Amino acid sequence: MTTLQQQPMKTDPYIIVRDLTMAYGDYVIMRDLNFTVGRGDIFIIMGGSGCGKSTLMKIMVGLKEPARGQVFYGDLNFWEAFPDDRKHIVKNIGILYQSGALWSSMTLAENVALPLEEYTDLGPNEIRELVSFKLSMVGLAGYEDFYPAEISGGMRKRAGIARAIALDPDILFFDEPSAGLDPVSAKRLDDLILELRNSLGATVVVVTHELASIFAIGNNSVFLDSETRTMTAAGNPQMLLENSQDPKIINFLMRGETEGHIL
Amino acid sequence: MKLRFNGPIDGVLMIRLSGNWQIGEDLPSPNEIKNKLESETDIQRVAFDTKELTQWDSSLPILLLKIKNLCSEKKIYMDSDGLPRGAQRLIELATAVPIEKDARSVGENKTFLSLVGTETIHFLKSAKEMIAFIGEAFLAFIKFLSGKARYRRSDLFKTIQGCGAQALPIVSLISILVGLILAFVGAIQLKMFGAQIYIANLVGIAMVRVMGAVMTGIIMAGRTGAAFAAQIGTMEVNEEIDALKTLGISPMEFLVLPRMLALVFMMPLLCIYADLMGILGGGIVAIGMLDLNISQYYIQTKEAISLNDLWIGLFHSAVFGVLVALAGCLRGIQCGRSSADVGNAATSAVVTGIVSIIVATAIITIMCNVLGI
Repeated sequence: MTTLQQQPMKTDPYIIVRDLTMAYGDYVIMRDLNFTVGRGDIFIIMGGSGCGKSTLMKIMVGLKEPARGQVFYGDLNFWEAFPDDRKHIVKNIGILYQSGALWSSMTLAENVALPLEEYTDLGPNEIRELVSFKLSMVGLAGYEDFYPAEISGGMRKRAGIARAIALDPDILFFDEPSAGLDPVSAKRLDDLILELRNSLGATVVVVTHELASIFAIGNNSVFLDSETRTMTAAGNPQMLLENSQDPKIINFLMRGETEGHIL
Repeated sequence: MKLRFNGPIDGVLMIRLSGNWQIGEDLPSPNEIKNKLESETDIQRVAFDTKELTQWDSSLPILLLKIKNLCSEKKIYMDSDGLPRGAQRLIELATAVPIEKDARSVGENKTFLSLVGTETIHFLKSAKEMIAFIGEAFLAFIKFLSGKARYRRSDLFKTIQGCGAQALPIVSLISILVGLILAFVGAIQLKMFGAQIYIANLVGIAMVRVMGAVMTGIIMAGRTGAAFAAQIGTMEVNEEIDALKTLGISPMEFLVLPRMLALVFMMPLLCIYADLMGILGGGIVAIGMLDLNISQYYIQTKEAISLNDLWIGLFHSAVFGVLVALAGCLRGIQCGRSSADVGNAATSAVVTGIVSIIVATAIITIMCNVLGI
């Protein structure tokens, strides 16, 4: 288990994104992204629909190559690292995908067990115990033998979290965790994210546009603007709301209710 | 009359709308209004009277939007006060965001040359992808041989069951019928020479040497190749493949390898089974139509088929197994992120599978001919 870390240090940089440009073919989605995620942060990638939030996450976790720029994990340049180093970084990352992305041909227990089988030498009994523990952490004790198709969307997301935390990762990525959930389930998921950060001491990166979540859990953020195709702000979301001079950001953070006043 | 005009009086054209304005009803054409606006030159304002309008749906705002556009073209003021409040709001809503002119511009107005160029680049790219895929599959196979490949045994056995035992009924049906057809076609010709007994040679050699393998290959391309593409394609849509990749697990070893192995193991077995069924089908015709007896047919078949024929048939089927599995998995991995893409992937897997089976058959046949076997 990772050491418990109740009060994460906010100043220690962990993930550094430098001069990042992302593109599909010739079409540039975002350019010149520069930001730092501190160790223990809950870092929000926010912005309107379709602005490239999820693509940014894909580049950060190694699913899509950036057109230009670097992503550092500590001192390691992810996209230029040796395969072994990259595998080491990847092992330390847990990801919850937007749809949950559980492997549909496997039971929940098998889903959670696969990362453990891949990266540890544990025996079947130990793995079974760990799997049950992880599932109970997300409130799914007793659902080991269910298939993903047999449980609800909210449960699938929680099972996805159980899989993401199977290896006690240092970094957790969440892609739109509350999308498609009712407000109560969304709130429970937010609480779970906070709890995981506090108990695992993990650094959390959340892609979302849910304002309630942004303010409830985020202590750092970056705002992607689809019009100018770059980031227009970074920092604590609450502080951004209070201090930002950019009408677009204020408008976003106030759910468009400033329209007609500032704009 | 649902649409009547009053005026223009003092530059004001009053449009009177009455009755039911609902989709499916016989509604007046907007051209009537266009003609009116064009024929009268002194209109400065268009107003509406809807006191006699009973019920309306989207058909009304559609007409009103057209009138609004006409009015703005001709610089006529449209006074919407006389309209139902709901219709006024709908028009405001529809015109709140201006038409995005660039929204559809992508992909239009391409010259012939640029289309040819784009298609060529696309073709080269997909050829490169295919070659890379075959290379990766080969590497995964080498890893399997050295015992290092990462896949789930239970997946392998499930796939073996799916493309082995569960395929037996359809393979039986098709093979018996193919044997039957071959025998029918041959029977008529052979009867003319009194050489009915050679029906056993015809059916036996054809089935064992090539037809058994080709028929199972085609059945498996339609049945299992399409299933592979759809399964892997759906996993792509659900981000399941992303989840594998970010865990450092190669989809090639985890998904493609067990499917490829299963088909390579099962195809030769299915092929032998199909051979037997085909010979059985031929036997039905031989015994039923040509008055041969069972032992004659059996002995003649046994003498006709050499071990060479069997090996060539089995070689065919193993090659087809690889081709069908690769086609299915390749199209699955290449699948886009929508449900329509999954359908296309399945279709494309079947087409690629069958085409490659026929091409491979031709190549192997020519090779056998050159080698004299």
